Amino acid sequence: MTPEEELQSNVSVASSSPTSNCISRSTAAGGLKEHNYLGLSDCSSVGSSTLSGLAEDDKATISLKATELTLGLPGSQSPPRDTELNLLSPAKLDEKPFFPLLPTKDEICSSSQKNIASGNKRGFSDTMDQFSEAKSSVYTEKNWMFPEAAATQSVVKKEVTQSVPKGQSSTTNNSSSPPAAKAQIVGWPPVRSYRKNTLATACKNSDEVDGRPGSGALFVKVSMDGAPYLRKVDLRSYTNYGELSSALEKMFTTFTLGQCGANGATGKDMLSETKLKDLLNGKDYVLTYEDKDGDWMLVGDVPWEMFIDVCKKLKIMKGSDAIGLAAAPRAMEKSKMRA
Amino acid sequence: MYLRLPSKVLERILFFIDSNDDRNSVSLVCKSWFETERLTRKRVFVGNCYAVTPAAVVRRFPKMRSLTLKGKPHFADYNLVPDGWGGYAWPWIEALAAKNPLLEEIRLKRMVVTDECLEMIAASFKNFKSLVLTSCEGFSTDGIAAIASTCRSLRELELRECIVDDLGGDWLSYFPETSTSLVSLDFSCLDSEVKFSDLERLVSRCRNLKSLKLNRAVTLDGLESLLRRAPQLTELGTGSFSDELSPEALSKLSKAISACKQLKSLSGLWDVLPEYLPALYSVCPGLTSLNLSYATVRMTDLVDLLRRCKKLQKLWVMDLIEDKGLQAVATCCKELRELRVFPSEPDLEEPNVALTEQGLVFISEGCQKLESVLYFCVQFTNAALITIARNRPSIKRFRLCVIEPFAPDYKTQEPLDQGFKAIAMGCKDLQRLSVSGLLTDKAFEYIGKHAKNLGMLSIAFAGDSDLMLHHLLSGCKKLRKLEIRDCPFGDTALLENAWKLETMRSLWMSSCFVSFGACKLLSQKMPRLNVEVIDEMYPPETRPESSPVERIYIYRTLAGPRLDMPEFVWTIHKNPEIGVSHLAIK
Repeated sequence: MTPEEELQSNVSVASSSPTSNCISRSTAAGGLKEHNYLGLSDCSSVGSSTLSGLAEDDKATISLKATELTLGLPGSQSPPRDTELNLLSPAKLDEKPFFPLLPTKDEICSSSQKNIASGNKRGFSDTMDQFSEAKSSVYTEKNWMFPEAAATQSVVKKEVTQSVPKGQSSTTNNSSSPPAAKAQIVGWPPVRSYRKNTLATACKNSDEVDGRPGSGALFVKVSMDGAPYLRKVDLRSYTNYGELSSALEKMFTTFTLGQCGANGATGKDMLSETKLKDLLNGKDYVLTYEDKDGDWMLVGDVPWEMFIDVCKKLKIMKGSDAIGLAAAPRAMEKSKMRA
Repeated sequence: MYLRLPSKVLERILFFIDSNDDRNSVSLVCKSWFETERLTRKRVFVGNCYAVTPAAVVRRFPKMRSLTLKGKPHFADYNLVPDGWGGYAWPWIEALAAKNPLLEEIRLKRMVVTDECLEMIAASFKNFKSLVLTSCEGFSTDGIAAIASTCRSLRELELRECIVDDLGGDWLSYFPETSTSLVSLDFSCLDSEVKFSDLERLVSRCRNLKSLKLNRAVTLDGLESLLRRAPQLTELGTGSFSDELSPEALSKLSKAISACKQLKSLSGLWDVLPEYLPALYSVCPGLTSLNLSYATVRMTDLVDLLRRCKKLQKLWVMDLIEDKGLQAVATCCKELRELRVFPSEPDLEEPNVALTEQGLVFISEGCQKLESVLYFCVQFTNAALITIARNRPSIKRFRLCVIEPFAPDYKTQEPLDQGFKAIAMGCKDLQRLSVSGLLTDKAFEYIGKHAKNLGMLSIAFAGDSDLMLHHLLSGCKKLRKLEIRDCPFGDTALLENAWKLETMRSLWMSSCFVSFGACKLLSQKMPRLNVEVIDEMYPPETRPESSPVERIYIYRTLAGPRLDMPEFVWTIHKNPEIGVSHLAIK
């Protein structure tokens, strides 16, 4: 059994009769009524439409109706997060985010996420049929709180964004746009706030001492179109553009090799550097950076010292995407304005 | 006729017994042993301040000289416990002040301590020697000043990661000129600058000072001066390590550091500049504990430092050390017992991947004495966990935080069940475990069955169903503390294994599917548990039985209901007339 199938079967068992199937004790079967995870004895149907789901759901308790998540395409109506316990009529429904990026209250975030989970679980068998790809439903299932926090596979991410309404700042089921920022999960990862605050102050301090040679590491993220994850480089560990570019070449060789097609194990090393150089220096890829103003500029136009000062992020872009980017004259103008 | 060990003899024997576990066993033998034991216990440990009343503790142990208390549940560290939940030190200080004036030491963890508490301590205990506050809050530097000024025999004053209302650095100047008793001073969590000349004089006259942990406001020049006056230090927490120093000043600092021939533990090092690290080289060969977890320094610089620390037993570092750095540590630091690797950017969308599971595998291969691991990593594999368990069955504390929730084995896409199974089976002495990544109920079946010595287990975003909780509560014989967040189990497993909860210190569940009705039922059936429903969204009484609650904190207690519950905490004692409705369990 693939993991996905295994998970599905586990969960579908659970959602149909969590008590009698899960626990082998005889008392369970005898004494317990069948419940879903919310203790409701009926499974109300949860389909892709939200309004109808709500209207039918008389069996669910009042408070649950208000916060119930039903699976619907982004842009459809969904019940607001409301502290009122009275049922909201469908007419009152506004579209509100289920995964606010920064929860107004920590508790709201976690309780909404929990209720979302309940909605998913109840309607699991229904939603199963809707998705052609089994994987996605598993991850919907699993990621009842964090649709964006699904596995690193981009395929799954795409499915998930289609199936679950997103928060304010996220994209709507568009796999070509970059994945939205993850919803902030309360207390995750489990790092003490003391440590987080201390590190935040440390970053602030190092920003304040910029321009000084040797004043600690200056890490910037480097992303590359098509690469599955970012790297980080310490700009202060290089003294000129040449060093930076060869370091980046080394780092991103594996990704571009994949794109060139399989070269086989032999001769890989020899080919890789030249291939990448060609890619980077040729038409295919350009190195760009985001400066303090948030503009994307081509790397190489300003003096190195100035570059370190202003560079916030690096990106290896496809040449075709970089056409509109600031060319040399504008970069120099900007730096003159700053000086 | 029967022989009875005279109590004087028993007293003499008990004199040699420090372990509270052993003393607890002694006190169960018979009434006279209970009496003798209680009259001789000097150091008392209460793991949950609500498990027993202050009056009961004070009455039972009249000769108590040291009290250690823990308040809030562990997940309070990650903001999962709302402010105002509880954990107040005051009732304890009050009770002790009234009945136990010879008290010498108070150690509190995750408790709310007010300035009144500190003033009371200063005023009531003439022999007071030691105050250690870890992750506490609620007091200001005025309270610290009271302790400093009044406690004549003060030896230890340690504020570890506390949240203090910092009203300025004057508190340090309240140490009287005559006080020379300090052995340990830790004010690393305070922001304000203290009056440096007073600090200098204090350090100079306290010839027994062994542990000094400065705050960030102390400069490198200041550090140099202090070290010159206290070369006998065994533990040093530096201040900020990034001021500009002339080469002469740097060399002076190196010299002062190298004069500390007994230095065993080094921490602080905030913002340390890589070019200053060589100043530490002279003490590296003797170091047993090194906390680099605030040092944002690259791998190569870290390795240059660490490869000189051949006696290192405890290393805290950030993921900037990367796999390569850990490989070097595995080669050089053969005495390593404890490793913690913290994320340098915990909230980053796509963290740096130069630290992978391989780093921990290297450590497990090279460090024979490894016992304790805390490791933050983006993703992991079953193979790595299996290898680690095979290499290091000696591991006692294993906390793995795969930062990506639900992340499967990234090579095989399977859940991490097999990996944690290997850990539970292979590490026979495993006492503490934190799991993460994609996990099914199976993982918990393995843990329940094999982790025979497991005392504390932390779980987040895992499992599929009630089975998960059932496996744990029906297995894990020695489980004391279980904390779970965001897992999809519900009432059944909890209610069926209710008996287990009296054998444990506490159970924490947040964002799971436990219903309010189940909480009420549990409260009714198990009067010796406090079942707290902590819910800020909806007052529990207003919601229907079947609605899931935000958080539940269940702990055994002899103290009955607590009297300091805020609005958002409900126990059955608040509403005894509400009965149980449709959840019927035999």
